[in-house]
Amino acid sequence: MAEAITLKYEVSPDDFTRAGEASSDVKNKLKQLGFQPAVVRKVSIALYEGEINMVIHARGGVITVEVSPDFIRMELADVGPGIPDIELAMKEGYSTAPDEIRSLGFGAGMGLSNMKKYTDKMDIQTELGVGTTITMVVNVT
Amino acid sequence: MNKFYHSVRLDPDLCKGCINCIKRCPTQAIRVRNRKAQINSKFCIDCGECIRVCPHHAKQAHCDGLETMSLYEYRVALPAPSFYSQFNNLEDSNIVLNALTAMGFDDVFEVGAAAEIVSEATREYIVRHYKGTPFISTACPSVVRLIRVRFPNLIANLLPLKPPIEVAAQMAVKRALEKTGLPREKIGIFFISPCPSKMTYVKSPLGTERSEVDRVLAIKDVYPRLLPLMRTVAADAPDRSGAGKIGVGWGRRGGEAGGLFTDSYLAADGIENVIRVLEDMEDQKFSNLKFVELDACSGGCVGGVLTVENPYVAEVKLKRLNKYMPVSRSHMDEETRPIVDWTAPVEFEPVFNLGTTLEESFSRFNQVERICRKLPGLDCGSCGAPTCKALAEDIVRGEAREQDCIYFFRDSLQKLSGEVTAAADYLAGPGRNRKEAIHILQDCMVRLADEMTRMAAPEGPGETERGRTEGAVRTDRGQMEGAVGTERGRTEGPVRTERGKTEGAPEAEPEEERFGRKAD
Repeated sequence: MAEAITLKYEVSPDDFTRAGEASSDVKNKLKQLGFQPAVVRKVSIALYEGEINMVIHARGGVITVEVSPDFIRMELADVGPGIPDIELAMKEGYSTAPDEIRSLGFGAGMGLSNMKKYTDKMDIQTELGVGTTITMVVNVT
Repeated sequence: MNKFYHSVRLDPDLCKGCINCIKRCPTQAIRVRNRKAQINSKFCIDCGECIRVCPHHAKQAHCDGLETMSLYEYRVALPAPSFYSQFNNLEDSNIVLNALTAMGFDDVFEVGAAAEIVSEATREYIVRHYKGTPFISTACPSVVRLIRVRFPNLIANLLPLKPPIEVAAQMAVKRALEKTGLPREKIGIFFISPCPSKMTYVKSPLGTERSEVDRVLAIKDVYPRLLPLMRTVAADAPDRSGAGKIGVGWGRRGGEAGGLFTDSYLAADGIENVIRVLEDMEDQKFSNLKFVELDACSGGCVGGVLTVENPYVAEVKLKRLNKYMPVSRSHMDEETRPIVDWTAPVEFEPVFNLGTTLEESFSRFNQVERICRKLPGLDCGSCGAPTCKALAEDIVRGEAREQDCIYFFRDSLQKLSGEVTAAADYLAGPGRNRKEAIHILQDCMVRLADEMTRMAAPEGPGETERGRTEGAVRTDRGQMEGAVGTERGRTEGPVRTERGKTEGAPEAEPEEERFGRKAD
């Protein structure tokens, strides 16, 4: 039985120069482990979107990635403002990102919907004023 | 055909074992072992960065010599677009082309002419196949090789069209056969190249089964022969040119993309920048882009390591020449259209995997993490690996040892000297006899010598382990070219003792094979 691998990243708030570092590191590690390119692609896109969301909306947070030969489980936990209406937030093109963020090329409103599209399971736990924890799973088949 | 043929090679006699190349290699393909650099054939993409940075000129590009011209009855020169950028005050490419015939070529066929056809084919291809993700240029062989080993998810984005060098060669062969009636083997197609990676392409092409180019000459070799001949070209010399602004523009960054008549492109040059762009493409960070031009060398092909001119100066010269040219001189027709498409797919080569199975990779990954925590994290390169992490991976693959780290070594020396001091204190006590004292000191000296020997000879216990576990990978590696400095390593170790020889030597061979690439 292979030992599971746990990767942990602190995402710093409002630092766009570092946004995407965690997902990039996870991507390179999955490649090195020899996962199928399609699996690597799904994880890296979903995680990148999630990481950017944490920087834009949630003043950073902690990403924990559990890697096993059968699945990759990502947990993105923040103590941000929470999501008032999940259904609306999931809509393609819906975004609450402020203008200065949009001017950087972010905030197209595809974050959550892409995260769902590229993962096999996604769960959102959110409480206004307390924070959000998103769990995503990509199966290796 | 060797999947991992290389034109970038090491001359072990010139290598001093410094760390310049290991630090600059974009794929971490080089290690210094036994005080000589070794290039890992599977990781290397022949970009030529190591040739550029080696202060001792130990890294060399393997090309054909000018003497190979005498091997053919009819010789055709294929000058790369970047070739024109090497000459001062050149206002007409025809001077270069006619000077080439004076040098002994029976015909010339500009690669820039074929480039215009490839530009046209690319424009058509994009219109037909664009589905929202950009196509990546496949003209730079190092970029295609990089994607093949490191970016499997982008293989589908590769533009499946032959590079201009190949299209030019095929057209030149056809013209020569028709003109001369000679059998193919008596016709020599000579590409005049700015870089070694084109040599790699010719010997081991991607996207086509075999290349029609017979020989690759370096710009730096042709240049001095051509200069005096250029001055003798008469004003009424026949017009041999087939390339205009678009074709010649391919020689510098942005030239290929410029030939597509769209603003929706990105052009990146320099291998590190190319890698950054590819990383971002993987994460789908670019939307609405149609084309991505990537050149491994700074400035584009004018920055190739076989050129003689500074790439930025070369770019200026190319622009000057461009000024007096028609936009384009060659066009795709029914004859050329079918030869542009790829005839062989490019397949992912997972050479960077830690293990051969997921299970093995997982276990090695965890070992790497544990070793990394012990290493100092300074990435000093003294162990011969570019980073502490690379050393940890080498250790896990059985190719290096923890003691290769100079900090580990220092710690064990410190420990040993502590023991010697303790022994000396003990001996200074009352009632010790001389014989015992000598024995203890001798023992300490032997251990010290062992430690030094290990430092000088990387081959050790790890080797046996690797021999056992990596059988499958090794068969493949057996094809690699030559061994570097095995003998030297054995005889020149600085503090080598008798014991060192018997311990280390027998397992040395596989190590050398794995990374070796000899200059013939």
